[in-house]
Amino acid sequence: MATALAKAVDTDTSVEHAARIEHVSKSFAGPAGQQLVLDDISLDVAPGEFVTLLGASGCGKSTLLNLVAGLDRPSAGSISTDGRPALMFQEHALFPWLTAGKNIELALKLRGVPKAERRGRAEELLELVRLHGAYGKRVHELSGGMRQRVALARALAQDSKLLLMDEPFAALDAITRDVLHDELTRIWRETGLSVLFVTHNVREAVRLAQRVVLLSSRPGRIAREWTVGIAHPRRIEDSAVAELSVEITEELRGEIRRHGQH
Amino acid sequence: MASTDTTAKDGTDLAGLEAGLDALDAVTTTRTPLRETLLRKVLPPITAVALVLAVWQILVWLEVAPSYKLPSPGAVWEEVRTAWLQGTLLDYIWTSVSRGLLGFLFALAIGTPLGLIVARVRFVRAAIGPILSGLQSLPSVAWVPPAVIWLGLNDSMMFAVILLGAVPSIANGLVAGIDQIPPLFLRAGRTLGATGLKGARHIVMPAALPGYLAGLKQGWAFSWRSLMAAEIIASSPDLGVGLGQLLENGRNNASMSQVFLAILLILLVGIAIDLLIFSPLERRVLRSRGLLARS
Repeated sequence: MATALAKAVDTDTSVEHAARIEHVSKSFAGPAGQQLVLDDISLDVAPGEFVTLLGASGCGKSTLLNLVAGLDRPSAGSISTDGRPALMFQEHALFPWLTAGKNIELALKLRGVPKAERRGRAEELLELVRLHGAYGKRVHELSGGMRQRVALARALAQDSKLLLMDEPFAALDAITRDVLHDELTRIWRETGLSVLFVTHNVREAVRLAQRVVLLSSRPGRIAREWTVGIAHPRRIEDSAVAELSVEITEELRGEIRRHGQH
Repeated sequence: MASTDTTAKDGTDLAGLEAGLDALDAVTTTRTPLRETLLRKVLPPITAVALVLAVWQILVWLEVAPSYKLPSPGAVWEEVRTAWLQGTLLDYIWTSVSRGLLGFLFALAIGTPLGLIVARVRFVRAAIGPILSGLQSLPSVAWVPPAVIWLGLNDSMMFAVILLGAVPSIANGLVAGIDQIPPLFLRAGRTLGATGLKGARHIVMPAALPGYLAGLKQGWAFSWRSLMAAEIIASSPDLGVGLGQLLENGRNNASMSQVFLAILLILLVGIAIDLLIFSPLERRVLRSRGLLARS
């Protein structure tokens, strides 16, 4: 009974969106009483849409992602998602006691995939992130980029309609990050996933997204939105990407500057 | 049409680029060759033992103490040989080792769920966490007199003393292991749907395994020590002769070489169990996680 109720609140399969965030606020108990981190955020992610949440530190973008992932509850407002979303972190968060393949199989097992199908499905997912030889590899034997690709494969193993990504490439070197942008774009277009991607890197946001949402800081509010019409395949050094990035960076700097004025 | 061509070409380019990056970044691990292991790990302890024996023999030759106080290595060896030929040597060892291991398994079965509950349930932790830590510093030999009074001179008394010595170590080891789990693993586990018992089985227990193993190792050491204390203090003909009784009998018979034999065997069993069971287990776990630092 309790679980059925929780399902009705958290997931709503009848509507046409991958995630719907309605008037969500979040505050935490701080040294100076309740501190408002997110203030009245409303945002829809359409099925198959790629949205980046952009903001300076302290804008609560990771907090918002945690709320959507169901790891925390909003103080006000409501969030509904189409099924349980998958979540990828800045750190790969792979379990070091399992091989790359077994990490993926654990995700499959936890969502009830029968044992006989798991191995084959894990191999397919590793193939999808172009790591077909990595099934038996331990996490510490993989490079940073390979770990994030296994983490992506594990997130995809959850077979969610929505993939939440919390600065997943921030700790990688520029070349590897660039390659993973291409990879993520390819996989997003192949699978028809919805992606909500958090970053503080403007170019990354423009390079990847169909829609960029800028959050202001302390408290986090939606400051502005841009629709990115640049055709794929995109590259991070494309002039169209650069042009829009300049515009968004100006806006972001303005937001940051406001905090120095009082 | 043109766009599909570009995509296909981009795809191969990307795959090639990625393969190159992976090859450049991948970490290769190799195992140390056997000869080097022998030279570095086996030779030093053998040398140390040989030195101790040599010093011992020299002290005997110099007659620093009468032979009823300090038997010669030869006399102790003779004691080993006699016990072996009489067929009692393995009996002594087995009596104690079987008791110790059985008691340890009981301690494992109690300490593991206890540790899990203490680590995960705040109220229980506040209630018995400090007591559990405190019990670790209480020498378990203190439990021998009450155990004899409550349970009598029998095997259950031995097991009770072993449990009181080993359970706190095992439970505390698991608590420490669980406390050291990076919160990220727990969050990742929750997003994958590992909550409650599934979370304990798939995330918490494996993540806490290194700390848990350290607790087991210490738990075994405590089991063994408690058992020896119990055997020395509470000897009775009904209990059979374990290593503790052997030592006590040696004292009663004023046979110092038998006392030495008993001490030697107690030490050797302790080392052997650690070397044969716990160390390989620990190394395997750490190596598989890439946590074994190599110099």
